[in-house]
Amino acid sequence: MKEIHSEQVVRQLRELYRRYGYTQYRMSKFEPYDLYVHNKSFLISEDILTFTDADGRLMALKPDVTLSIVKNAKEGSGLQKVYYSENVYRTSPMTRGFREIMQTGLECVGDIDLVAMGEVLLLAARSLDMICEDYLLDVSHMGFVAGLLDSAGAGEDSRGELLKLMGEKNVSGLGTLCRELGLDPEASEDLCQLTGLYGAPEELLPALEDMVRGERMAQALAELTAVCTLTPQAHLQLDFSMVNNMDYYNGLIFQGYLPGLPSGVLSGGRYDNLLRQMGRGDGAIGFAIYMNLLERLEGAREDYDADVLLLYDETTPASAVLGEAERCRRAGESVRVERWVPEGLTFRTIRKVG
Amino acid sequence: MIDIALPKGRLGEKVYEILAQAGYPCPAIQEENRKLVFENPQAGVRYFWVKPSDVAIYVERAAADIGIAGKDILLEYQPEVYELADLGIGKCRMCVAGRKGARDCRDQTLRVATKFPKIAKSYYSAQSRDIDIIKLHGSIELAPLLGLSDVIVDIVETGKTLLENDLEVKETIVPISARLIANKVSYKFKHEEITRLCQQVDQYCRERGKTL
Repeated sequence: MKEIHSEQVVRQLRELYRRYGYTQYRMSKFEPYDLYVHNKSFLISEDILTFTDADGRLMALKPDVTLSIVKNAKEGSGLQKVYYSENVYRTSPMTRGFREIMQTGLECVGDIDLVAMGEVLLLAARSLDMICEDYLLDVSHMGFVAGLLDSAGAGEDSRGELLKLMGEKNVSGLGTLCRELGLDPEASEDLCQLTGLYGAPEELLPALEDMVRGERMAQALAELTAVCTLTPQAHLQLDFSMVNNMDYYNGLIFQGYLPGLPSGVLSGGRYDNLLRQMGRGDGAIGFAIYMNLLERLEGAREDYDADVLLLYDETTPASAVLGEAERCRRAGESVRVERWVPEGLTFRTIRKVG
Repeated sequence: MIDIALPKGRLGEKVYEILAQAGYPCPAIQEENRKLVFENPQAGVRYFWVKPSDVAIYVERAAADIGIAGKDILLEYQPEVYELADLGIGKCRMCVAGRKGARDCRDQTLRVATKFPKIAKSYYSAQSRDIDIIKLHGSIELAPLLGLSDVIVDIVETGKTLLENDLEVKETIVPISARLIANKVSYKFKHEEITRLCQQVDQYCRERGKTL
């Protein structure tokens, strides 16, 4: 694997998005708390870091960029294509306390069609490819999953639990719960099968045809099939156990993985329902990359703080010290100049001037 | 190569037996020594022993591709992992237990001693009951005897300890058994290997189930 430097990756990603005509979205570190509290369940972690502004308003350190982009995108003015590279503040379930997380991503807000969906998924694939050629991009369609849950007769109150078991790929637990809830046996069987599936679209798509019940699922499958053909096939996988909050996500959803990282590095999807909840009639699709995870992929740490430590004393003229250091640097070495050996630092070689 | 985290103790030894029989043996593991990691390149596996409650963490953070953890641990820590199979061993239940014949007072805050605060909390909050959780790390049964708590929430296998201490099961919260869990990303990148292992384990468990 090639060496990775997250700063360099961010630069390359920006350049990629710019070439697709996306404009940069910049936002301040904090926003009024209202925005986030109204859409709390859209956020990955519900904890929000708040403080009181000078005029007494409750402010929040932004936990998310998407909400702010959607709020500021005007309806009916064509597509808004923006990218961002911002720090967000979230708690992680493992550590509790708040962490600053660097996120790079893009959003496309407006009247979303197949072209827009294909482009966003392609950009997700190209972003991952830029970081590591062995990436995987998993795709699912919430419309298909929701359609199947509908036809199984799953009520609103049981959905959360069903989706949780799907997310765990816990097929046996899912089967048991379906029986307990008295869901349609055939649809339950399909639901279990769908949960266990993992593989390339060309292998799995034909098998999905048999699960289609009703217009909603047929439409979802047609959309999924169409989008899959627009993206490089080699890294694409279908995984319907990937489930996002149905209150917000409604169509295509996807997640990107890199070897050597314990969790997904890219996450995105179609979230028309969020816009509907904000009282809008159009749609949106986008994704985010968790840049802080890339730190783990960065090449081995350097063994030395500098190649050369150059020591001098009062008798050495300053011009000789600086001159010699400059000569070493021209030869490609990093040089630190000191009078005494500094504590706690390591050098490949230590020598005296002259 | 699949990295497998085994829970130290009796359950882990049983699980290793199943995996070995299912085609993933690693003879070195049975030698008496202090090594922590055991490898069998032919079978494509590497085993290591970890504290049972840590298995989920090793798997969630991809230090192990798969692992075996009790459902109790999974319910308590809610790790982001796939739960691929119920091995049907290490069976027991998560229970509420208290002193024999003690009355369940609903007019007082219930004091609950447990190693599983999350499970206890969610069980009682589903009943809209206010409880005071006392987190202990062992000898939970002692708490109600000394009046430290009214009840305990703990794993009950045979119920013998309860019986000998004049305690009884009040309610069963959920049945527990050992589960095969996998890291979500490992599952994708090592899909073939992990699926094959699951199938072979499943097949072995089924055949054994028939003969029992």
